[in-house]
Amino acid sequence: MSDVPAASGSLIRVRRFGWTRGGGSRQVALLRYLLIRLLLILPTAWLLVTVVFFLMRVIGDPISAAMGGRLTQDQIEQRKEAAGLNRPILTQYWEYITGFLHGDFGRTQDNQAIGDVVITYGAATFELVFWGLLVAFAIGVPLGRYAATHRDSTSDAVLRFAAVLAYAAPVFFVGMLLKLIFSVWLGWFPVGGRASTDVELALQHVSPKTNILIIDSILYGEPSYVLDVLEHAVLPAVALGLLTGGIFLRLVRVNLIQTLRSDFVEAARARGLSARVVTGRHAMRNALIPIITVMGMCIAMMLGGAVLTETTFEWKGLGYQLAEYLRARDFIAVQGIVAFIALLVAVMSFVVDAVVALIDPRVRF
Amino acid sequence: MSTATVKRRRIPGAGLLSMTAGLQRITLITGLVLVTGFVFVAVFAPLLAPYGLAQNSADGVAFVPQQGPSAEHWFGTSVRSEDVFSRVLFGARTALLVIVIAVVLSLLVGVPLGLLSGYVGRWVDRVLVLVMDAIYAFPTLLLAIVVSIVVAGGTSSSLGGMLSAAIAITVVYVPQYFRVVRNATVAVKTEPYVDAARVTGASTARIMFRHILSNVTGSLPVIITINAADAILTLAALGFLGFGIEPTQAAEWGYDLNKALNDVSNGIWWTSIFPGTAIVLVVLGMTLVGESIDETLNPLLRTRRAVTTVDEKETADD
Repeated sequence: MSDVPAASGSLIRVRRFGWTRGGGSRQVALLRYLLIRLLLILPTAWLLVTVVFFLMRVIGDPISAAMGGRLTQDQIEQRKEAAGLNRPILTQYWEYITGFLHGDFGRTQDNQAIGDVVITYGAATFELVFWGLLVAFAIGVPLGRYAATHRDSTSDAVLRFAAVLAYAAPVFFVGMLLKLIFSVWLGWFPVGGRASTDVELALQHVSPKTNILIIDSILYGEPSYVLDVLEHAVLPAVALGLLTGGIFLRLVRVNLIQTLRSDFVEAARARGLSARVVTGRHAMRNALIPIITVMGMCIAMMLGGAVLTETTFEWKGLGYQLAEYLRARDFIAVQGIVAFIALLVAVMSFVVDAVVALIDPRVRF
Repeated sequence: MSTATVKRRRIPGAGLLSMTAGLQRITLITGLVLVTGFVFVAVFAPLLAPYGLAQNSADGVAFVPQQGPSAEHWFGTSVRSEDVFSRVLFGARTALLVIVIAVVLSLLVGVPLGLLSGYVGRWVDRVLVLVMDAIYAFPTLLLAIVVSIVVAGGTSSSLGGMLSAAIAITVVYVPQYFRVVRNATVAVKTEPYVDAARVTGASTARIMFRHILSNVTGSLPVIITINAADAILTLAALGFLGFGIEPTQAAEWGYDLNKALNDVSNGIWWTSIFPGTAIVLVVLGMTLVGESIDETLNPLLRTRRAVTTVDEKETADD
């Protein structure tokens, strides 16, 4: 990511948002950096899509894989002919790539456009990842700050251990534990799903329908529905949030400790500012930047985690759907979803780099 | 190759233990105990387990399914009437086998490629870095799924299942070994001793594997332990999604957890808690060992203990 060659001979340092007033050259350098970075997505995305395509074809054609044993050889041949799978692989590849550029990801076995599947279920996954990130921040940032300011104390040791434990526990096991304790034994939260059946049915008729249930329920204007949706989101969000929350905790702790040592913090302290102001206003801002740089990674990780969390909680999102397609051996659908996620990750990493370049004046480009 | 050098200097042992103190020592000992216990159970599983891994009756009497822990079945029985305790023990064996294969394969692929890329440079380097970065950016679980579909290709025998899981995990972790070795190679290839070797007429291969290799493997033990921990999680995740290993061929914790999903909704806790805890303990043990080695052997971290960089990034990147 940071391997992008310097745009000009000198390494230009940019002040915070300095490019708006700092004259043309900085602006040009930033734009150039972003453009190069944007162009770098293309080979990455192309490579991923290509690799996925050829890998999935190595195992044979998708129709025999899905229908083997259920149909006669003739019927399979017929289907293959109809789907154009008997043509040379490069022709198919070309078609796949051009289709991809038009937003056509292919069709599932039950003849749904994969693009539609991705949009419908992607919204559910987006909602889950959003809640998960929220929990991760809520856990990671304050606790990381506490651990850093109470460095080497018992609570610091406990928090660090907890962070390692959060990493060591598989997200689906955490989900099952939460389910067991808080839904089955204590009965505080529902066992699974995105909303109660009646709520979900009612929300079908909202227009405009976003499939992000929290927005749909707010648009519907029924407070008890909003509450129902939130109740369903709590356990999956906590399970998913713990995964990255531990990482955030460690990052904030380490970076805050480092920042608290730096000269400008010393200066702030020397000016007589209280420890709280120094940490909160001065040090934290800098300690949070590394979090943004790993956000791309974390989101990639959470998408993987979402597949598992969705299976645990029957949260009908892209991951749940992916697991279903895998079970049905619908490899065209799997290929489409995986390629879409790959693309999403490539775009996310660009966005993250762009945000970092904008807010961190120390980024060289 | 370099294992001898590595062993002499890096493998955790008494020397390492004496370099630690206080909390760090507790961490290391806890980790080592967990890992040793894991390896012990994995190796001696057939002797330790009261029943076979797919056994659902003893002396002609069928086990009652979904029974709570008792004297006969310490961890209870599963929905398919297997003894959960035995399956947890055999699961250690599967996990150890898979990660050993995966780590060896990752080293065999990642290290030479890293050396080549770093030493040769030019377009070889560009292409390899691009490919590896693309793989690295991919969500690990999805990549592992795709690879295991391809490798298994629908067939599932015991070894086939384990091998396909191991290969899937290998593909996921190769970029990390590649990166570390490549960057270290780039850093050392301009050292005078490399020039000296070149002047004496050593071949490129000899310089790479004889002179450079032993100088770029320093951080591998840390990566291996941390990756091995991560590999257990990936394996369990694959199993949880129903991949790879047939339940009658080998016991796999993730697969068992998937089968326990319905049990959880019915308040049956023993089928999920025990395999799940096994995963947590093993991953925890390896992570603790990895971080202790890192903190103790990395001079940067040793003097300024709190300013961890390498292991923080590793974890975050995973």
